[in-house]
Amino acid sequence: MTQRFRMSAGGAIDRSRRLAFEFDGMPYQGHPGDTLASALLANGVRFVGRSFKYHRPRGIFAAGSEEPNALVQLARGARTEPNVRATTTELYDGLIAASQNRWPSLAFDVGAASGMLSRLLPAGFYYKTFMWPAMSTAWLKYERVIRAAAGMGRAPGEPDPDRYEHQYAHCDLLVVGGGAAGLAAARAAADSGLRIILCDEGARVGGTLVGDDVSIDGLLGSEWIDATVRILSANPDVVLLPRTTAFGSYDGNMLALIERVTDHLAAPPPYVPRQRLWKVRARRVVFATGAHERGIAYQDNDLPGTMLAGAARTYVQRYAVRPGSRAVVFTNNDSAYAAALALNAAGVALAAIVDARGQGEITGTLARRARDAGLPIVAHAVICCGHGRKRVSAVDIAPIAGGGRRRVDCDLVCVSGGWNPALHLFSQARGALRYDDTLTAFVPRSPLSHVVAAGAANGRFGLAEALADGHAAGLGATGPNLSAAAPPHAEMEVGAAPLALWSVPAPRRGGKRFVDLQDDVTAEDIALAAREGYTSVEHLKRYTTLGMGPDQGKTSNMLGLALLAQATDRSIVQVGTTTFRPPYTPVTLGAFPGDERGAHVEPTRYLAMHDWHAEQGASFVNAGLWKRPYSYPRVGETPEQAANREAKNVRANVGMVDVSTLGKIELQGRDVAELLNRVYINRWDTLPVGRCRYGVMLREDGIVLDDGTTSRLDANHYLMTTTTVNAVKVMQHLERLLQVDWPELEVYIASVTEQWTAAALAGPRARQVLQAVVDIDVSNEDFPFLAFGECQVRTAQGAIPARLFRMSYSGELAYEIHVPADLGRAMWEALIAAGEDFGLMPYGTEAMSTLRIEKGHVVVGAEADGRTTADDLGMGKLVSAAKWCIGKPLMNRPALTAVDRWQLVGLTALDGAVMPRAAKIVADLDRALPNPMLGHVTSWCWSPNLESWIALALLAGGRTRHGEILWAVSPLADAKVRVRVGPPCFIDPEGERLRG
Amino acid sequence: MLLIPCPWCGARAQIEFTYGGDATLQRPAVDATETDWVQYVFLRDNPAGAHQELWQHSAGCRQWLRVSRDTRTHEILESAPAVEASPGDAR
Ligand SMILES: [Zn+2]
Repeated sequence: MTQRFRMSAGGAIDRSRRLAFEFDGMPYQGHPGDTLASALLANGVRFVGRSFKYHRPRGIFAAGSEEPNALVQLARGARTEPNVRATTTELYDGLIAASQNRWPSLAFDVGAASGMLSRLLPAGFYYKTFMWPAMSTAWLKYERVIRAAAGMGRAPGEPDPDRYEHQYAHCDLLVVGGGAAGLAAARAAADSGLRIILCDEGARVGGTLVGDDVSIDGLLGSEWIDATVRILSANPDVVLLPRTTAFGSYDGNMLALIERVTDHLAAPPPYVPRQRLWKVRARRVVFATGAHERGIAYQDNDLPGTMLAGAARTYVQRYAVRPGSRAVVFTNNDSAYAAALALNAAGVALAAIVDARGQGEITGTLARRARDAGLPIVAHAVICCGHGRKRVSAVDIAPIAGGGRRRVDCDLVCVSGGWNPALHLFSQARGALRYDDTLTAFVPRSPLSHVVAAGAANGRFGLAEALADGHAAGLGATGPNLSAAAPPHAEMEVGAAPLALWSVPAPRRGGKRFVDLQDDVTAEDIALAAREGYTSVEHLKRYTTLGMGPDQGKTSNMLGLALLAQATDRSIVQVGTTTFRPPYTPVTLGAFPGDERGAHVEPTRYLAMHDWHAEQGASFVNAGLWKRPYSYPRVGETPEQAANREAKNVRANVGMVDVSTLGKIELQGRDVAELLNRVYINRWDTLPVGRCRYGVMLREDGIVLDDGTTSRLDANHYLMTTTTVNAVKVMQHLERLLQVDWPELEVYIASVTEQWTAAALAGPRARQVLQAVVDIDVSNEDFPFLAFGECQVRTAQGAIPARLFRMSYSGELAYEIHVPADLGRAMWEALIAAGEDFGLMPYGTEAMSTLRIEKGHVVVGAEADGRTTADDLGMGKLVSAAKWCIGKPLMNRPALTAVDRWQLVGLTALDGAVMPRAAKIVADLDRALPNPMLGHVTSWCWSPNLESWIALALLAGGRTRHGEILWAVSPLADAKVRVRVGPPCFIDPEGERLRG
Repeated sequence: MLLIPCPWCGARAQIEFTYGGDATLQRPAVDATETDWVQYVFLRDNPAGAHQELWQHSAGCRQWLRVSRDTRTHEILESAPAVEASPGDAR
């Protein structure tokens, strides 16, 4: 198909190559240098999508990232992407795109044809309809309709096949935007020794200068860009990043950039990321981010064929495309005259230039040129409505003061309601804005210490002043020393002030005057919201959805808040702006995790004995970042069956479990005992060398923080163990106390969790196994319960030094053996070999958990859940009366000592039932809902030793309820089980086994 | 993201640090009243402006720092060791 609207000459496109592409199933052609939008316009495609709420026909409105209408579904399959702006999508050979928000087809859409959506969705519809309590019924009624009608394209249904990369960078100067001001800034600062990064959204830097017929230093716009880029590229201190959008500005001058590495290629090469997320720390930032043109709200201003005047100019000059054949220009400022001149030069008939200003105010250079060219200027006039169905065919124009309307035929309307500096990033960087009455726009109030806006972003809309401003911003980064080049020179244009015109009254009652094309917000919606009291701009935004689409209201927000100001008789300054938030333009979600997905989301910690466990066929479980053996299934066993066998064997014979993940902290110094006294509830100054003690730590508020065993290795040398989950937290806690609170204590601490590997050997035959490999006497007399000693373990690799502890988590006779991590496997295999004759089996975390539940030992994170006190866990008597400790001053507050505190109990399931997981405990099943909750199950298991389902639970006044029969219910699992309450310890409450 | 100057490591990104709250709190005496302890543990000022706070360079030198941050702008005004000690005297 021919490109009927492509001009035969001009533009920054490569006519020597043709690129085939497809839109809504139709084949078209374009050229390198095109965007999808320019190529569609070249082929005469004006109607490209339907609007979000009302499904009205829409065309291409802008030429850059501010585009509200031309959002398409790009590509197919796993790489399909919704809401892609046709105006920034580089054309490539084989590109496939489809329109959105239409069913069954773009030309005939059921939602639009029925007019249903217009009646259904007035301003605030969601709020009014879905506010509780009416919400549930209303939602049921409307959900299907809304879900079918709403939505912006479709997410891919397959995993993302692409890779994304993260890149960190530092620079002295980051220039955001490579238009006239940005290039001038970078050029001025280059050669000063500063490291500079310049990023630009476009494939080609230069912004609106590309293809523009302006003269800078005697060069055409494109020539000057090329010359400047050559200078910058040759400089080793300058990094140029085209196709890169700065989308977020954060504290400490950190900016997030997204570089589109392969999006413009038909076939992405392997081993290249699709996109690269840059995190740049910049000493200084120049935001040369340009400005966005805005529209004017008149009736039916959304018809395809209506576009921003600056966009029309870009299509003509950069892409050599005529966006129509007969144009009407509607403006309140000078800039649209440049578009009119460009259209005229391109052979587009100018039916009228409708200027809201009076003849005497239209005095700028560009307007004079238009007048000299004989273009028909209609002063003091406005467009009051558009005509046409799927594209504009005419407009009515009328005097601004009111009066006779006149119809003018046209197929293109170019609108300019003024320009808004693109201050999104400047504002995110906490730059303050002020409203400039002359420019009718918000501009930076003042530069920040390390952040400035330059060029159009700084309200310098003319080329000459933008170049000068950019140059000055660049020099501002270098300091005063430089023999810098002269600022780039362009001819100064005389400008005339714009008129603040935001809307034109609708001739027809109910006529729609669009403010936000992307969210279908009209001037009427804003007036309605104001009448209903939504007079704060933040409320207006949320109530009407103004500016809440993917474009974040780049072409609409200013218009919306100006109309709100009018409706509420306030000034624009009083109304203010909404907060600018990242991202400036939508960013593919895949870019945020980058390579950190799947198994790379977080590190995996492997035990020193991991390979041994794997060789034995262990099934593994994630414990924090650790991979721990869950159990060691034998042939024909499930992991659960294996765990039951292992748990039984510990009580009958002997088992061994890898406990290397326990946090281990070495403490040395004169004052360790004093520190322990202060952080644990129990007493430590009485602990002799060669002994261990169990301890509980509280938070400052009296709630349990952690528990573990600490051993006195030598006079001033201790080893603390923490729970696996709290190893880092406890270390941090101690560091803070020692560095901040009690620097006078002489205590040195070091985390040695990964330096030592540890095995727990438990069961009635543990001593026999251990004695076979160690060189010290481990009899009950020489090595009693809670003894510590150093020894040698005889292994196949020779004797290795070990730390030996007699402590028990299972309730059986048990030892912990710690050896240097890389000797762990030798120690482990020596014990396994020695245990062969005694029925030794390795056991995993599941059997370990079963054993500790049977014994009634608590776990921090299950029983101690951040709300439990030591007394709740039955450990109130551990609190030493002889000393102070952290948490003690607040642990006796009334709420923490009430009689109905949830206290630790044991539960036994009756009637042969299975204990439901995470069940709540109630007294009576037949109570009206909500049935009062007496407590909940914290840990539960099948006990192979008791042959019953048992649980630990926190129960209101639990210690006084032993013997009661209650119900453990789980509505989620539809389970109701009778349980008998008892003490938490099910096995050997006297502790004879572990002392034996 | 904040850039926090560590007296030992230089300016480092916020992700390397752990926040530790108000640095001006004085731990009450062990025999202080419950009211004093409630004040110390739970009650905080929320100043608009300079805020003295503790940060630990947890993914770095592990030292606790006393940092002054403007809560309105997030500007770091000052950073120093948590207690008067010279660099190198780290525990
Ligand atoms: Zn540090």
